[in-house]
Amino acid sequence: MDEEYDAIVLGTGLKECIISGLLSVKGLKVLHMDRNDYYGGESASLNLKQLWEKFRPGQQPPPSLGASRDYNVDMVPKFMMANGQLVKTLIYTDVTKYLEFKAVDGSYVLNKGKVYKTPVTPNEALASPLMGMIEKFRARGFFSFVEAYDVRDPATHKGLDLRRMTMGELYTYYNLDAQTVDFIGHAIALHRDDKYLGEPALPTVNKIKLYHDSLTRYEGLTSPYIYPRYGLGELPQAFARLSAVYGGTYMLNKADAEVVYDESGAAVGVSSAGETARCKFVVGDASYFPAKTRVAARVVRAVCFLSHPVPNTNNAHSVQIILPQKQIGRHSDMYVFCCSYAHNVAANNKWLAFVSTTVETANPEAELAPGLALLGHIDEKFVTVSDVHAPLDDGSRDKCYISTGYDPTTHFETTVEDVLSLYRRITGEVPDLDSKNPRLAEPPAE
Amino acid sequence: MAADLSAPALAQQQTAKLVLLGEQAAGKSSLVLRYVKGQFFDYQASTVGAAFLTKTIPELNIKFEIWDTAGQERYHSLAPMYYRGAAAAIIVYDITSTDSFNRAKAWVRELQRQGSPNMIMALAGNKADLESARAVATEEAQAYANEAGLFFLETSAKTAANVNELFAEIARKLPKAEAAPRQPQGGIVLDSAPAQAPKKSACCA
Repeated sequence: MDEEYDAIVLGTGLKECIISGLLSVKGLKVLHMDRNDYYGGESASLNLKQLWEKFRPGQQPPPSLGASRDYNVDMVPKFMMANGQLVKTLIYTDVTKYLEFKAVDGSYVLNKGKVYKTPVTPNEALASPLMGMIEKFRARGFFSFVEAYDVRDPATHKGLDLRRMTMGELYTYYNLDAQTVDFIGHAIALHRDDKYLGEPALPTVNKIKLYHDSLTRYEGLTSPYIYPRYGLGELPQAFARLSAVYGGTYMLNKADAEVVYDESGAAVGVSSAGETARCKFVVGDASYFPAKTRVAARVVRAVCFLSHPVPNTNNAHSVQIILPQKQIGRHSDMYVFCCSYAHNVAANNKWLAFVSTTVETANPEAELAPGLALLGHIDEKFVTVSDVHAPLDDGSRDKCYISTGYDPTTHFETTVEDVLSLYRRITGEVPDLDSKNPRLAEPPAE
Repeated sequence: MAADLSAPALAQQQTAKLVLLGEQAAGKSSLVLRYVKGQFFDYQASTVGAAFLTKTIPELNIKFEIWDTAGQERYHSLAPMYYRGAAAAIIVYDITSTDSFNRAKAWVRELQRQGSPNMIMALAGNKADLESARAVATEEAQAYANEAGLFFLETSAKTAANVNELFAEIARKLPKAEAAPRQPQGGIVLDSAPAQAPKKSACCA
């Protein structure tokens, strides 16, 4: 281990593994370590044995759940937008070949206590029982405008300047009522609160377009989301493999790995078991940098084992339900995710449902009640509260490039944004995710 | 990969994931490069080019997806993904190194623990061209292979001896496609094709 590297990456969470892969492909000499004996850190998927060890040490999972190895329980549940940044990153790095994806069956939204399919195209708006007749036509007009809107083509702007106009003003322009605004903002644009109403409309219009483009990205999608077989824990492993293929060195089970600083406070290496690997800079998750981060938010998550699909979702094998803040009297939205044996994350005829939200009170578990109420009978339940850490510094001074914790968003857009920000701070470059990485000169197979 | 799925002529083709395991300098990459590309280099750096290769055996209508460890085994950091869904594994040792043979046995145990129960396992005693430096007797390896239920051949990536035979025998041993479907229904192949244009329906121009 007494060697010199360009970069040492600490923790094998998804963000760290993408960074490690990008840096190795760029030609940097990377050492990647984790204190655990498994890949994934906070974003791992655990089997039953690992899950019980972590949350109920000394106890055994009930035999009725089936074999431990059939389970891949995500610690940070999210879905991937089919046309989102993570899919672009996978294509850019050619990591797709290590993974298999399947569509998520449905996307639903809670309205007045009932669960409805989220309408997103002009025609779905017309068919949705969420809105009355007149409102449907207004919504159709709004969706048609958004679908056609092209920032480079003024003819599609209808005289509206979405950089100046706020999103609230755009809703008013289309006369949309509060209910419609609620599901568009929270179930389609996926905002977590209502701050966006007073901000320029363009970013939100782009978010609605992303949802729509994701829905039409691959044939046969019935939601904008896809999800990997065997769980999200496959993603960090796939990017770690990319890094290894390009020369990255992997060491797991380094429980005592610690950053070494020089007298100016800049990171110069990492020590473990009495040896020190030297490097130009360190990248990692917050847990490796005590006192260099702050708690930006707290997230409460419940993992529930079910023997049936989530009620009122057309017997979906995988589904998302968004509970907009106003519908449940909160300041932040609540999310229900469900996957099953169909994605190889649970034993046959078992479903995993996750309920998560941002903590707002002193009793986080009780806050999850509206989400849990949608699930029907729950066989087993685990509740965790985690702090989302954010770095205090940008890394330029102390050579510590620290990733932000995983927020409660339903998808990976903010995850990839953070990775790109780290990459830019480290290298001064921004990868063009819409292309294929020119450095991936791997000869075509055969 | 996307093209393969859409080509009707290949619709019946069986894809089989094959992984290589073994001590670092045993010759894993060299075996793969010899088999897939017919190449051999005396000083083969651990290469990018051998990490993920495919090769089709038209007579058997099988396409191998061959994964190399990419060095992740070095500090016992191989990811579970590596074994996941593997239909076959080749455990490679160097006939001039007893250590590498012992290491191969450890890999067999690891595979029996982690891999799928019906995985085809082959043991390859590589560098068979270095007869004068031999440290592992053929009989000893054969006896071990019989006992552990492995298919065994001594190979040379350098002279190409037994390399095609090794892969061909694995292909013959694989369960037939209908017995082992790999691509699940509803699987999506991510590609860089531009998103399809939103469908314009008659009612909303």
